[in-house]
Amino acid sequence: MPLASPDPRAAWLMRLGDASLILGHRMTQWLSRAPTLEEDIALANLGLDLIGQTRALYARACEIEGGGRDENALAYRRAEPEYRNPLLVEQPNGDFAVTMVRHLIFAAYATPLYERLSSSNDAETAGIATRSAREMAYHLRHAAEWTIRLGDGTPESHARAQTALDDLWPYVPELFEADDLDRDVAASGFGVDPSTLRGDFDAAVAGVLARATLAKPAEVRGQRGGKAGRHSEHLGHILAELQVLQRAYPDAQW
Amino acid sequence: MYAQALNAKDAAPAIAEDPVKLAVFQARIDAEEKIEPNDWMPAQYRRTLIRQISQHAHSEVIGMQPEGNWVTRAPTLARKAQLLAKIQDEAGHGLYLYSAAETLGVSREELYDQLLSGRAKYSSIFNYPTLNYADMGAIGWLVDGAAIMNQIPLCRCSYGPYARAMILVCKEESFHQRQGYAIMLAMARGTAEQRAMAQDALDRFWWPSLMMFGPHDSNSVHSELSMKWKIKRFTNDGLRQKFIDATVPQAHYLGLTIPDPDLRFDEATGHWEHGVIDWDEFNRVLAGDGPCNRQRLKHRRDAEADGQWVREAAAAYAAKQRKAAA
Ligand SMILES: [Fe+2]
Ligand SMILES: [Fe+2]
Repeated sequence: MPLASPDPRAAWLMRLGDASLILGHRMTQWLSRAPTLEEDIALANLGLDLIGQTRALYARACEIEGGGRDENALAYRRAEPEYRNPLLVEQPNGDFAVTMVRHLIFAAYATPLYERLSSSNDAETAGIATRSAREMAYHLRHAAEWTIRLGDGTPESHARAQTALDDLWPYVPELFEADDLDRDVAASGFGVDPSTLRGDFDAAVAGVLARATLAKPAEVRGQRGGKAGRHSEHLGHILAELQVLQRAYPDAQW
Repeated sequence: MYAQALNAKDAAPAIAEDPVKLAVFQARIDAEEKIEPNDWMPAQYRRTLIRQISQHAHSEVIGMQPEGNWVTRAPTLARKAQLLAKIQDEAGHGLYLYSAAETLGVSREELYDQLLSGRAKYSSIFNYPTLNYADMGAIGWLVDGAAIMNQIPLCRCSYGPYARAMILVCKEESFHQRQGYAIMLAMARGTAEQRAMAQDALDRFWWPSLMMFGPHDSNSVHSELSMKWKIKRFTNDGLRQKFIDATVPQAHYLGLTIPDPDLRFDEATGHWEHGVIDWDEFNRVLAGDGPCNRQRLKHRRDAEADGQWVREAAAAYAAKQRKAAA
């Protein structure tokens, strides 16, 4: 697969932006469907953070690329293979346990990622990362609190949380597998090699699972491909919905 | 308005209130003093406020659905973030208003129950579908616009907690109104297809927006007492006229046509005179027979049912924590 951008730094930022956009899309699907009104507001907040991060990451990627593309061109005018998000974020919302466990996994990966990225040699990127790290630490706390409540709640909620964890664990390895692009941007001091984040992730998740009385699933080879543009069946449907107006009315300004 | 079903009759038996307390109460109202939760108040004042505030809260919560319908399809990332933030504001208004209602001695669960069982009303406007993206503009411009007309005077409502809630809510609603108008402007200045969407949105939302103000004063049961108690400060027709006078020039600026062939400017009064409102439609929608009534309630009930096990888990976990701490 060719890179999503001729500039590896831009391609790498786009990958981060793709992950937050797709996860943000999933979050917005909860609107008016959350278990409580308070949680409706909280989930909207998480979605807003993720959309905000997407815009910042895409904008910086476009500046670095220096071409004619902007945030909306990236979000609305690329097909599935050009999207490079990990498979985890495109998995369906399922029940509330699935959404919270998915968020726990993502936030436990993204928090240390943005913390490290805040010392990027690109000041703009470092600034975006600093803000994102703060936001993702809050996401991690929110998802962890719910995972604990559900895991240590009722027998039903425990069973649902354990099933969610078992079903989503195969998407964990992809998050931490470095490819040439990861190694390239990390070596230049611009980006972060995700394989260096696994220790932080394991420590954060282990603490939560213990308090939640949930069993850590066995490590499997796992599902991968999103970072290389080979996705699950779900992304096509997400993009069909997300992009419909820009695709149907390519000349319109909104 | 957001509490338009208030114009229904109060079915509760009339209680003879202590005339002395009643006189003191009325004197405080007349002196523009705020009534606070622990103050004495007539039973009907309390009942009317609970109904009005909870209907307002229900409207905010049900109102998340028609706009939520376009968040995943918003045409730019900026519009997506804006719409998401707006809907989040509306949820916040709901929460804030339920809390205000609770100060009158009713629980949120009771009020929720009234909504889900279909006993409580919410604004009829949210029973109309959102069919194209310009509806996000029309709702902000017209629906939030109509809400502001009604709610600005409510900032001076005699009941303190409601008046204070309205001050905060109004600030956000006027922001929503301006955002909505900006969407309409972008669409009206856009391609032929976008202009058609904008006109279509106005065509569908104009009359339901006028109905938001409730029946004509001559058919409104509750106005008089609500005015005396300063729960309400302007009449339905007065507010509706204010809204029309403010909105018609805005529609003209957009280059759109108001779908009322009888609309005309009266030089003598300085007001825009509107054609006949279809009150049959209003009553139908309010009674449950609008395009989306069943869908909106089902959506709310499904969300409640789906969240049941989550709320139970949270309660069970909290109980365990309390036990461990004891
Ligand atoms: Fe509102
Ligand atoms: Fe609003």
